[in-house]
Amino acid sequence: MRYSALSILKNGLFGNKGWKPAWRTPAPKPHYDVVIVGGGGHGLATAYYLAKEFGITNVAVVEKGYVGSGNVGRNTTIIRSNYLLPGNNPFYELSMKLWEGLEQDFNFNAMVSQRGVLNLFHSDAQRDAYTRRGNAMQLHGVDADLLDREAVRAMVPFLDFDNARFPIQGGLLQKRGGTVRHDAVAWGYARGADMRGVDILQNCEVTGIRQSQGRVLGVETTRGFIACNKLALAAAGNSSRVAEMAGLKLPMESHVLQAFVSEGLKPFIDGVVTFGAGHFYVSQSDKGGLVFGGDIDGYNSYAQRGNLATVEHVAEAGKAMIPALSRIRVLRSWGGVMDMSMDGSPVIDRTPIDNLYLNAGWCYGGFKATPASGFCFAHLLARDAPQATATAFRLDRFKRGYLIDEKGQGAQPNLH
Amino acid sequence: MASLIACPHCGRRPKEEFTIKGAALVRPEPEADADTWFDHVYLRDNPRGRYAEFWHHTSGCRRWLVVTRDTATHELEETRDAALWRRETAR
Repeated sequence: MRYSALSILKNGLFGNKGWKPAWRTPAPKPHYDVVIVGGGGHGLATAYYLAKEFGITNVAVVEKGYVGSGNVGRNTTIIRSNYLLPGNNPFYELSMKLWEGLEQDFNFNAMVSQRGVLNLFHSDAQRDAYTRRGNAMQLHGVDADLLDREAVRAMVPFLDFDNARFPIQGGLLQKRGGTVRHDAVAWGYARGADMRGVDILQNCEVTGIRQSQGRVLGVETTRGFIACNKLALAAAGNSSRVAEMAGLKLPMESHVLQAFVSEGLKPFIDGVVTFGAGHFYVSQSDKGGLVFGGDIDGYNSYAQRGNLATVEHVAEAGKAMIPALSRIRVLRSWGGVMDMSMDGSPVIDRTPIDNLYLNAGWCYGGFKATPASGFCFAHLLARDAPQATATAFRLDRFKRGYLIDEKGQGAQPNLH
Repeated sequence: MASLIACPHCGRRPKEEFTIKGAALVRPEPEADADTWFDHVYLRDNPRGRYAEFWHHTSGCRRWLVVTRDTATHELEETRDAALWRRETAR
């Protein structure tokens, strides 16, 4: 069923009894052309673009929990394409362009809201770094505005501009950045993929990868063996675990990142604001809650929960940026497990096993990448060649020395 | 994870005093081949379960420690001085 104003009106007149589930609950078929491991944002987007753009519809998405139970439902919903390096920027800009047309494309209200992303700077050196990044963005055709202190004050007057240690000197603004309703992204892609014939198999955990003579035959799951021509891994957070089933050791560690939401408040923060002197980012949801987060906890973890020391640190950074936050009560906090790669950038590539493909290592930037990640992974699966904007995300780049290290931290995942 | 970590030198101390380096790995010989070094620098087992990690007691005794814990339950199993751990793993 196509969703439209007319469909709402029609169903409203008949007691809303005409709505159907947004996707089917099929039984696994014995064989698929492509099996995608992971029913999160990236896995579902891959299935959607495989079916819609590349005409491959005999596809299954296997998910150990329910659709969107992992990081796509656990992030702070921010989208942006303000990257510095040439390996990253065109890819994230492709993602931004896909976000801009997403709701019409998959006929689902994902509440894409380009309310702007503002990165604050606090020193002359940081202004230089942000100017450089803004220039790099503009050279790639991405919008970027460098704001001085007064322009920032006009936008967000409640910041602590004269903080003794971190006075705010200005900010780098990407007006096209913003937020998206994260769950709706998973639902929209799931529905769009299902409509085109993709089987979404929930509560179906992969327990092994069956191989013969250097090729993958299929996956062992809690719902039996499923054979496939091509196997695609999109199990961020657990990529190392799934890859290990195929005998691969990845340049990644799993870390926990926490996020928070406050009690509902009147409209207060229009866009996304990030602190340049610490790791803190905040936006206000349409329900009024402040959605915010900070750094990863810094230690390997598969537990979807974090440590109080990090909660305190995030709260301190937030308070240093917006003193008015001091009286606000936090409603909920939660954690998601990230694939932290060795250079802070992702992998969309083939693997040493011929028909095994890998989409992993999104660190804590995976949500904004969802559409482009799905599109580029589908391109790779369908054509066996990387999409033009994703040529740098190679698995062997670590060995060859072609790292994409935005922060310049080196092979130290907990610092990216 | 526990908020108090048992440092072998200082006793139970707040977690904030420690800096976490990452996987406790034995450094290859300088002459080891490129593959060995690539494996050491970039590849990780990243287990779900028991895991040994280098921690530095930055705001305490400033000794390097090896903390063994569970990455799924966050349970702490053991904290040892890294020099002691090194001597035993080398053996």
